[in-house]
Amino acid sequence: MANKKLKKLTPTQQEYQRLALSHMEKRPVAVNSLRAFLVGGLICVVGECIQQMFIQWGGWDKVKAGDPTVAILIIISVLLTSLGVYDKLGQWAGAGSAVPVTGFANSMASSAIEGRSEGIVLGVATNMFKLAGPVIVFGTVAAFVIAMIRLIFDQGG
Amino acid sequence: MLKGHQSWLFHTKPKLVSAASVVGPFEGRGPLANDFDIVHGDSLLEQESWEKAERTLLEEAANIAIERAGIAKEQVQFYVGGDLMNQITSSSFAARTLTIPYLGVFGACSTSMESLALASYVVATGGAKYALAGTSSHNSSAEKQYRYPTEYGSQKPPSAQYTVTGAGAAVVAQQGTGPSIVSATIGRVIDMGIKDPFNMGAAMAPAAVDTITAHFRDLQIGPDHYDLIVTGDLAKVGHTIAAEMMEKHGIPLHKTRFQDCGMMIYDYETQMVQAGGSGCACSAVVTYGHLLKKLRSGDLRRILVVATGALLSPTTLQQGESIPGIAHAVALEAASDSE
Repeated sequence: MANKKLKKLTPTQQEYQRLALSHMEKRPVAVNSLRAFLVGGLICVVGECIQQMFIQWGGWDKVKAGDPTVAILIIISVLLTSLGVYDKLGQWAGAGSAVPVTGFANSMASSAIEGRSEGIVLGVATNMFKLAGPVIVFGTVAAFVIAMIRLIFDQGG
Repeated sequence: MLKGHQSWLFHTKPKLVSAASVVGPFEGRGPLANDFDIVHGDSLLEQESWEKAERTLLEEAANIAIERAGIAKEQVQFYVGGDLMNQITSSSFAARTLTIPYLGVFGACSTSMESLALASYVVATGGAKYALAGTSSHNSSAEKQYRYPTEYGSQKPPSAQYTVTGAGAAVVAQQGTGPSIVSATIGRVIDMGIKDPFNMGAAMAPAAVDTITAHFRDLQIGPDHYDLIVTGDLAKVGHTIAAEMMEKHGIPLHKTRFQDCGMMIYDYETQMVQAGGSGCACSAVVTYGHLLKKLRSGDLRRILVVATGALLSPTTLQQGESIPGIAHAVALEAASDSE
């Protein structure tokens, strides 16, 4: 892939890109993965604890307890975002804090906060889905494709 | 005046009679904190938006610089300035408050020296008695425009840079006390095909090398002419690339000190800035705050400030275009040397 990209460049540019690449500090993939595992796992453990609380003391069944659990995780994430903590956590934890539902909430809350100076409608409401929008679009498209596959190959249900 | 292909040699030696630097709280925790005129405790500066905060920084820097020059605002003929915001609104809106005839310029983070070079040119040619050069950047307004919302929890790679919150302004005069502005080299736009917005240093390094090489060629001098050659915001990655490139070009860089403002302003140990600082204010506050003090105290006698800029926009980036770089150099000399 890298070679294909380089083909369009002049020889001088290619030489420079090689030089530049040799000075690039590599992303610490192993450390990043470990941190993502720890933080991502921790968020899920917290979620599991909340869910168990709803089941044990709230008398909800396992499926129904999922909804309030997600809601609480989202509230925590939005709170941490508005207190300016989540972005720092994100730099440390990477995918660990970005992939769970809290990361999705963070992307919406941070965009909404950023847009506040441009007003409620054009600022907050318009910007809210700036980062979360693609997730919803591709989530919907993927769901549609899967549903079609199921409709065609698994008619019996 | 014109010397070589792209340099100006100012025979009249305009003076940098006063300068001011204003920064945000994060820069105030860096190693150069004591050199700045104002360190704000709140990055919003009690304003309603990041953009207004940036504008306020610039207005403060301009006002302090003018006051320190011992002149009235009305005596300044022209204000040359620019910044990173779309349509350079921070500068234009600050110019609205300052009510000084205004020339808006854009050179991304090279604006600090672009504006100083132009202001010096105007003064050196008798176009003005006093001219003001100023620029600003704000971490949050830059993040908002160029990258992600400020509170978004994304992970930045080690080559990413941290935009400096601050503003720097300088008054250039035909006569007065202060360091002389000896020469300036205007840079070409150089594009080596770097597309990674988290590796601006590598995108700008070739431009810095090109301008420095042109400066030596035009003025027929070498690196040993300066005590210090300082680049604007190449940070760790770009700075090592630039040093290696110049070594390859046979420039005896070891005869001088070669540093980078983006590597001087923050403490890598305690501050999470990845490769280092960036932004218009990076070279502006380090030059007008830190380096000018050293020129005045005699620690430095001759310096060359090479401000570097990445001329990208979020749109060009998304359309898959590479990042063009530019660099402008201004040579400053301590007062006693120029007599």
